[in-house]
Amino acid sequence: VILVVAEQRDGRLNRASWEAIAAAQALAAGQDQIIVAIPGGAVQDAAAELSAAAVAGVWTVTHDALAAYTPDAYVAALAAVVAEAAPSHVCFAHTYQTRDFAAVLAARLDRTLVTDVVAVSRGTDGTPLYSRPMFQGKLVAEVAAEGPAPHLVSFQIGAFRADAAARGPGAPVTAKPAAIDTASLRQTAEAPFQEAKAAVDLTQAERIVAIGRGIKAQEHMALAEQLAAAFGAELAASRPICDNGWLPMERQIGSSGQTVAPKLYVAAGISGAIQHLVGMKGSRTIVAINKDADAPIFEVADYGIQGDLFEIAPALIAELGKG
Amino acid sequence: MKIAVCIKQVPTREWQPRLTDDRTWVRDQDIAYEMNEPDAYALEEGLRLREKHSGEVVVVSAGPARVQQVIREALARGADRAIHAQDDAFGRADAAASAAAVAEAIRGEGFDVVLTGLQSDDQGHAQFGPVLAERLGMPHSTIIMEVQVTDRTLKAKRELEGGWFQYVSMPLPALLTIQSGINQLRYATLKGIMAAKKKEIRVVAPAAPVTARQRIVALALPQKAKQTAMIGGTPAEAAKELVRRLRDEARAL
Repeated sequence: VILVVAEQRDGRLNRASWEAIAAAQALAAGQDQIIVAIPGGAVQDAAAELSAAAVAGVWTVTHDALAAYTPDAYVAALAAVVAEAAPSHVCFAHTYQTRDFAAVLAARLDRTLVTDVVAVSRGTDGTPLYSRPMFQGKLVAEVAAEGPAPHLVSFQIGAFRADAAARGPGAPVTAKPAAIDTASLRQTAEAPFQEAKAAVDLTQAERIVAIGRGIKAQEHMALAEQLAAAFGAELAASRPICDNGWLPMERQIGSSGQTVAPKLYVAAGISGAIQHLVGMKGSRTIVAINKDADAPIFEVADYGIQGDLFEIAPALIAELGKG
Repeated sequence: MKIAVCIKQVPTREWQPRLTDDRTWVRDQDIAYEMNEPDAYALEEGLRLREKHSGEVVVVSAGPARVQQVIREALARGADRAIHAQDDAFGRADAAASAAAVAEAIRGEGFDVVLTGLQSDDQGHAQFGPVLAERLGMPHSTIIMEVQVTDRTLKAKRELEGGWFQYVSMPLPALLTIQSGINQLRYATLKGIMAAKKKEIRVVAPAAPVTARQRIVALALPQKAKQTAMIGGTPAEAAKELVRRLRDEARAL
């Protein structure tokens, strides 16, 4: 059995759960049964949606203490689910929520957790080998999980396609109410909120010029603005630029910011850490300008210029100005 | 308040990896190292908590002898003393193995707050903090952008995806993993660097052999998702060619 832990908030299924199902189906290779567990307060709608997957069953793992996510409640509930399902593997989407509790679950079960997996292959003896980025995406490692089963695996967002998950005739939904000792729960969570309503909706922009660490200093942001204006583009940035306060947070692209897919995305001085790539790799045409020919941003770029941003940007502004 | 900050020494961002002959690790002799960036923010947050609540900041690191470079740096920035869990095996061990060893090294200290970065810029497991919390029996929260402590309660602002946040409260002792950008980093002063030389670094050997449960079978450069057309020439030539191709080929302008 392969167990997939799906995710919802306020009863709405996180679409990344379908990616985890697609990954589990690839891992099962038709050999193993797949059970999808959906923890929460009221999850019947999410469970009904999940039952369309080609899986052996959907378990609704419900308890009042699971309505608002806390790691203690989730670990308690899922440790019991794992004990009952006795799976060979437990699959998650590598969301911020998974990052919050899955390592604790693995530690409590005394099992290993392989995170941020982008592909699964098989070793010569048939054991799964998990590909995951290392060193900020400069390298990819093939990793074998060791120690007793189950092995826990989280899959990078976007690595498996949600629409690639095989659909079935309708999987049975089984209620598995959680038994949680509420006295053991230590965290209290308040309702999620958004800091500032996004003044700019970058998801609607046709063209985006995004700036990264390569811009080096705040005084050079004027050059970035000129470059964006020359392309007729919205200006955006990778996280470090917004951390420094050189652009407002709502112009941040990546896992903690906005996810965009414009017609043209120009990444200038952005190395391409995975946290950035997940926010922009769906763009139709991607241009990368970077001094480092091995920067991971070139892996997703259609056009690349290796060179000094402070020479390339003025040349581009001049060229675009010719109309 | 007794605060631990766990830091890791990682290769610099500029470092270009070269593989060992068996292609399962990188050539250590080529690497220049620095403090893992989110850990630097965790250290700064620890120093700010001490300034507000008094107490001490103890920097903790697991690694070979070379990690004393970043330990000294943390002491120079203001940490009071250090604990170094020293073993060559930490250089490649997975996060759960390191966290288990660090838990044993600091268990007797009775820390009120343990801080660390949300993930490391080398292996990037994003597991060290949560596993350490579990091993120490502490509640935790991750990817934190604000920390408040009142009496024996800790309130933290947790980052969610897509610009959302939430506040999470828990009793002390507790562990938080810190997100980059939570604060403005301070840098070491000359006085701090001089003072650091006299500060204590307690070296502890792991009580049990460090056993990783993830074995790297092969390391490789990532495969390109796309065929990238690299455009060369002088900046003016490259700009002209790029604009032409964006207009004519990609029809993106």
